[in-house]
Amino acid sequence: MVPELPQATPVAEPTSTRDGIPGVYRAFSIALFVLLWHVISVANRDLVHFFDPILIPGPVEVYQAGIEFSKSGQLQRDIIATVYRVVAGFGLAALTGLLVGVAVATWRPLAVLFEPVIELLRSIPPLAFLPMMVLWFGIGEASKIAFIAYAAFFPMFITTLEGVKFVDPVLVRAAASLGAKPMHILRYVVLPAALPGIITGLRLALSLSFFVIVAAEFVAADSGLGFMINDARTFFLMPQMLLGAIVTGIIGFLFNELFRLLEARLFRWRKGGRT
Amino acid sequence: METSRDAHALAHQEPAAPKIRITGVSKAYGVNTVLKNVDLSLAENSFTCLLGPSGCGKSTLLSMIGGFARPSKGSVIVDGSVISEPSADRGVVFQEYGLFPWRTALDNVAFGPMLAGRSRVEQVATAQRYLAMVNLAGHENKYPSDLSGGMKQRVAIARALANEPSILLMDEPFGALDAQTREILQEELLRICEQKKMTVVFVTHSISESIFLADQIVVMATRPGGVKEVIDVGLPFPRDRASHEFVALEKRIKQSVREEVDKLGII
Ligand SMILES: Nc1ncnc2c1ncn2[C@@H]1O[C@H](COP(=O)(O)OP(=O)(O)O)[C@@H](O)[C@H]1O
Ligand SMILES: [Mg+2]
Repeated sequence: MVPELPQATPVAEPTSTRDGIPGVYRAFSIALFVLLWHVISVANRDLVHFFDPILIPGPVEVYQAGIEFSKSGQLQRDIIATVYRVVAGFGLAALTGLLVGVAVATWRPLAVLFEPVIELLRSIPPLAFLPMMVLWFGIGEASKIAFIAYAAFFPMFITTLEGVKFVDPVLVRAAASLGAKPMHILRYVVLPAALPGIITGLRLALSLSFFVIVAAEFVAADSGLGFMINDARTFFLMPQMLLGAIVTGIIGFLFNELFRLLEARLFRWRKGGRT
Repeated sequence: METSRDAHALAHQEPAAPKIRITGVSKAYGVNTVLKNVDLSLAENSFTCLLGPSGCGKSTLLSMIGGFARPSKGSVIVDGSVISEPSADRGVVFQEYGLFPWRTALDNVAFGPMLAGRSRVEQVATAQRYLAMVNLAGHENKYPSDLSGGMKQRVAIARALANEPSILLMDEPFGALDAQTREILQEELLRICEQKKMTVVFVTHSISESIFLADQIVVMATRPGGVKEVIDVGLPFPRDRASHEFVALEKRIKQSVREEVDKLGII
């Protein structure tokens, strides 16, 4: 999957108001959805018999599956496996994407050397390389971490590159006229100016990491939430599959919230607009 | 520093060596010659306005004095040495403010002192002093996005002054402000210039602004850009925009600028 990248100027969504929907309404919306799901599954099982009830478990069954799996410790084990891979792969991608992005944006020869290749690779959906990575790195942790790192590198690289490249030249001039040398300009102007873009890159990279880990765990793993889902498929254990999906979503959501908090702290200066 | 040749060449117009000397400066971007053969001498602590229609090369000339761009021919000499890069001794104020949006007003102003290696206490003291000088005491902790255009430009001026530069370069600094704010800031700039001895080069396309502020006005030529004439204003401060002399000079310069605008053809 090639993610849609944001514009060069990072999306300036105010963190606090979000979409302007208060928490109460959010909770209500979700509760309503769960209720509807429950009604449909019960109606299907007891009244309509439209589908095999096994195929449409309700929230209650999924909840029970959750209790059961956490009692046996398997849920925790799978969560830890997946989160570990995501954090390791994502961390690797964030670091290399940032370094390569800054280097390519600031040093022209590197841009000439690397940009075309990266552009080319970026247009190939990372999942296309998954089977190959499994052959290279085996079904151990290495293949999954490498795969996430590869996939998540691109959004990180691109947003850093754009962020650094499109720093307002007036800011660079202003700094130079105040006595800043090139290293000062990188540290005090370019990086802070590129930071909103970099954070956007981190968020994109993270959601992509969750996206690909599930797929990777389908193909080559004996633990993790993706494995849990795929394993359940073999035995028609629908509640277990949904449990895996929901838990993955919740973890992804929590990580994303973490970034929002980080953004809110870092960008107090970014009120209505940019200067 | 002061060579006898310099002194000799300028003996008839300036008693001392000029602070800034522009000799035979041309600037071309590709085949497009923006400035041709500019010669100018700016005396120490003088206030010079570069006046001309847009596109005549005012910003280009200013950025060569700033050290941001290099002349294709000729040289810009400050204090007797050819300049090749920006320096903390030449403060710059831009029309677009150029404030760091992630820094508060105080930290924008403290930026120069910070780079100069001052202690944090000194940085803060200096920044507060200069913010007070531009009448922004009490706004230290605001971010640029919380400030009006006029206030932003005040911060930018304070930031340039905090380095105690001997030269202040301003590129249409009040161009984006409304008329009232603009006049207030013009008056404040004159007050500051009286306090701090600086050589100021101020780019504008407003004739009245240039007469209000400048010791000398450089009327720029167009096609190619260059110096058309240098006018010594010679009116006592504070200047009255409604006075006879002011209006007469305004009229005369308007004529001169008009000729250059006409050279550009239909606008
Ligand atoms: N970096 C550049 N590259 C190419 N052309 C430029 C560049 N900077 C300025 N010019 C051209 O030089 C001319 C003078 O520009 P400028 O100095 O900004 O004029 P002014 O400030 O008087 O409006 C314009 O025609 C502009 O298009
Ligand atoms: Mg200009």
